[in-house]
Amino acid sequence: MDKLTCLHDSHVALGAVMSPFAGFDMPIRYPAGIIAEHNAVRTKVGMFDVSHMGEIFVDGPDATRFVNHIFTNDITKAAAGEILYGMMLYPDGGVVDDLLVYKGFTPEHYLLVVNAANIDKDYEWLLGNAEGFDVVLDNQSESWGQIAIQGPESEDVVTRVLGIPAAAGLRFYTYFEMPGMIVSRTGYTGEDGFEIYAPVEKTRALWQTLLDAGVQPCGLGCRDTLRFEAGLPLYGDELSAEISPVMAGLSIFCKLDKEEFIGKEALLEQKAGGTARKLVGIEVLDRAIPRAGYSVETPEAEVVGVVTTGYRSITLDRSLAFALVDSAHAALGTALQVRIRNKVFPAQVIKKRFYQTNYKK
Amino acid sequence: MSKIIEGLLYSESHEWVKIDGNVAIIGVSDFAQSELGDITYVDMPSDGDEIEKGGEFGALESVKTAADLYSPVSGTVVATNRAVEDDPSLINADPYTNWIIKIEMSDKGECNSLLDAAAYAQIVK
Repeated sequence: MDKLTCLHDSHVALGAVMSPFAGFDMPIRYPAGIIAEHNAVRTKVGMFDVSHMGEIFVDGPDATRFVNHIFTNDITKAAAGEILYGMMLYPDGGVVDDLLVYKGFTPEHYLLVVNAANIDKDYEWLLGNAEGFDVVLDNQSESWGQIAIQGPESEDVVTRVLGIPAAAGLRFYTYFEMPGMIVSRTGYTGEDGFEIYAPVEKTRALWQTLLDAGVQPCGLGCRDTLRFEAGLPLYGDELSAEISPVMAGLSIFCKLDKEEFIGKEALLEQKAGGTARKLVGIEVLDRAIPRAGYSVETPEAEVVGVVTTGYRSITLDRSLAFALVDSAHAALGTALQVRIRNKVFPAQVIKKRFYQTNYKK
Repeated sequence: MSKIIEGLLYSESHEWVKIDGNVAIIGVSDFAQSELGDITYVDMPSDGDEIEKGGEFGALESVKTAADLYSPVSGTVVATNRAVEDDPSLINADPYTNWIIKIEMSDKGECNSLLDAAAYAQIVK
């Protein structure tokens, strides 16, 4: 039986197409459709129920040292109210999860926001690595709802419709707290946007206020097309126990000058010796659509990789993909081909950030 | 509730057929387009392709997925609809006007095994 978010009733009432995702029954698209929802976020504003995401709090005298031990980014470089993206790694460099760490306004207080599919695994991983650290771990995932408000008009919506004028003062990847609520300028769409964490009842009230104001509800369908265009990875597709951040081109979020963190040695070796495979962007020079699992080949039909995510880009109207390919074929401009229903289509390695993001720096 | 047109024949794989002499005009049902969502690409056969009843003749791709198209009859492709190839969203807008291919049937008797509107309604209800 799939879990339900606190907004499930509203999705059903709105006529959403629902589907299981990460153990939750989630809205894939509303009657407007994925393209209209995607375009709302790119040109105006849209909102997502992301209550399925996990919230794990870390407190205690050793919280900073502990977070830096399990996290690839360097939390000591962040100020109170700042947010860092990074990963938790296995010792071999494989990824336990990618996550956001919110640095608290009081010392030794952190919020870890993790992928819904990984909440239990992550919590176990954290507990299992907490020996020798004086920390308290608190998985509050079921107590918190979360709404992402994304798009160029998101600041207007959060300040005026939700009556949170202070949100205008937030830079990208910073946050503040209100009684029972967390407001952060973050997102997974490539646009400016906010994510608001609140208890279940408050989340329902916020969602209804946004609906009444005419904000387009957006499903997981366009959440994926949006993050894909912006070059953002999805755990399970572009990051996994087998796909390290070095392979995925995310070394910038791994601070190898830190004294230590789990997986650091493996990443150092991968940086020095190279990896067998790399994640690349690919453009298929046709309207045909490269889908996850399709083979990537050389022009001589030697299989050298596989598509991890692919779409006909809604914003760019190009057939684009992320693919994990042998490193010998990963250079920008390399000619490849993708096998789509037993036909082959010429393709080329291009930069992964297909869409120019619009963050408020 | 998806729309079903009287007078057309239907396959269990959600294609519709309109018989015009020896030619079968083929599209997909309202149910099919609504299940797929926004259609972004039509993988068309070529004119002259020989197709078996039940055989794959192309695919519709929505933003999220690809769905194979299966021919309700055997025969030779005599036309493909360039308009829906250029703008696949026409199928979402009106799946019964916007046909996909026309097939010159090799055995018109095969139509007897297709579903009428009432029988198809039972499948998608």
